[in-house]
Amino acid sequence: MAANEEAMKYVWEGAIPLQIHLHKSEVASHPAPPPALVLAPRIGYLPLLVPLIKPYFKDSLPPGEDSIWFDYKGVPLKWYIPTGVLFDLLCAESERPWNLTIHFRGYPSNVLIPCEGEDSAKWNFVNSLKEAAYIINGNCKNVMNMSQSDQEDLWTSVMNGDLDAYTRLLPKLKMGNIEDEFSRKESLSSPVSRQGGGTEIDVAGQVKTARIPVRLYVRSVSQNFENLEDVPEIDTWDEISYMNRPVEFLKEKGKCFTLRDAMESLLPEYSGDRAQTSGEEEADGSQETRGEIKLVRIQGIELKLEIPFSWVVNNLMNPEFYLHISVLVIGPQR
Amino acid sequence: MDSAGEVLNDGKITLEGFTVAARAFADKWKRHNLSFPSWSWVPLINRTLLKKEECYLSLEKIIILSSLEGSAEEESLGVTADWWEKEESIDHTVLNVEDEAHYYDYHIVYSASYMVPMLYFRGYSSDGKPLSLDVIKRDLPSSSVSLLLESKWTFITQEEHPYLNRPWFKLHPCGTEEWIKLLSESSSSDGCQMPVELYLVSWFSVVGQVVGLRTPLEMLI
Repeated sequence: MAANEEAMKYVWEGAIPLQIHLHKSEVASHPAPPPALVLAPRIGYLPLLVPLIKPYFKDSLPPGEDSIWFDYKGVPLKWYIPTGVLFDLLCAESERPWNLTIHFRGYPSNVLIPCEGEDSAKWNFVNSLKEAAYIINGNCKNVMNMSQSDQEDLWTSVMNGDLDAYTRLLPKLKMGNIEDEFSRKESLSSPVSRQGGGTEIDVAGQVKTARIPVRLYVRSVSQNFENLEDVPEIDTWDEISYMNRPVEFLKEKGKCFTLRDAMESLLPEYSGDRAQTSGEEEADGSQETRGEIKLVRIQGIELKLEIPFSWVVNNLMNPEFYLHISVLVIGPQR
Repeated sequence: MDSAGEVLNDGKITLEGFTVAARAFADKWKRHNLSFPSWSWVPLINRTLLKKEECYLSLEKIIILSSLEGSAEEESLGVTADWWEKEESIDHTVLNVEDEAHYYDYHIVYSASYMVPMLYFRGYSSDGKPLSLDVIKRDLPSSSVSLLLESKWTFITQEEHPYLNRPWFKLHPCGTEEWIKLLSESSSSDGCQMPVELYLVSWFSVVGQVVGLRTPLEMLI
């Protein structure tokens, strides 16, 4: 099996053990039902787990219509973020099983966009895929040109965690190729798709700029810590900065664009020990301690920043072609 | 100012270009729309990441007096001063029982993925309760409601605001760069690139109409 395919297999098989508790205000039976234990695929979404969870609680619910949502330590969970990303971001120290609370009533529509189960998850997936296609190819024609039934099949393969089915459908998607020094021959896109876009090659054969779809989630804590278990619990989503911004890089001969380079382009204020020409000293002569990146997690792995970025993208991206990066930083001290 | 590289010839715009265009838009709006509230440039200073370029344009607390019976009159689109009121001048105790004050906030945010601006908006009643899309559609000019229903490229979706962790409505960007390109080609006689200062003005002259905000012609010069 090619290296690329092996990594994808690990990504697709990744799962988080969840322990789901019914919110105590909704327990209408005595005794209260025990929590449900569910293995959630990392690349999946919480609404897709509801059919597995609901049977555990349906006899305990008060009468009324369901509007389902989840929270972690009181923080409502954004259902359109892949489950693995939520876990990597919200649990500084991995909590296994991950204890979540499910609600069937009282949807917080002032903070969460509405969710109608699988349909919403599918709509979100296809939209993200279109956006990723736009970033990689410069347009989303490849997604629009896919037949309705192929789109359905692609979504179903993701829902079911069926990597074989997904891999079979990929050539129909004709997503542009992302150049990878290490697995040039083993990329998942078919050779035909290279003409469509991806890393552009101009007349002279020089590689131009590549645009990579990235979703960055940055959690900032104010104080340094020795161990992850010392990181305070999260209170609200306002502690997290979300950046939906492509990483652009120019492939230069002999130079390798690393994950560190990508992080510096996204978070220049946290450039670590590489000095910036401006901003080191305030106008009044006082010094500002630079913030520090403590942790970069992708698919649950804490990556070394020296790894070539193209390898990271090709091997660790989600099925909608987005690379989700969770970062924990110490904010700059002022 | 050399706008080369900021407005791309396919109708898209860079982040730097958006910043320039946004300030120019806000300035022109202030100058030519004296009776209307002005747009403010909101930097994201409360966020953990201070990126000076990461800002958006904000126009808030625009009041639409909505008759519960029907949609806003089309004539009110013509002169913007007609259907908005400064908040202080609305005396809620004498408001007609059929009228309800609806408040609207509009944000123009740059999309790094699509390289075009996007309009986010939300409506709420005087007690702060968000308005549903059905209610909002009744506040929109009837012409834009049919535009929304018939058009494939202009539609409204409910999505999370990119920075505020709240659900807002977004006007879909699909096709933006194509009609900006058309606007650019048709307005220049010598085939010159649209100056970056006019990018948002042109963009808003089309997009604003969908939500009933008119762009004074003087701004397009």
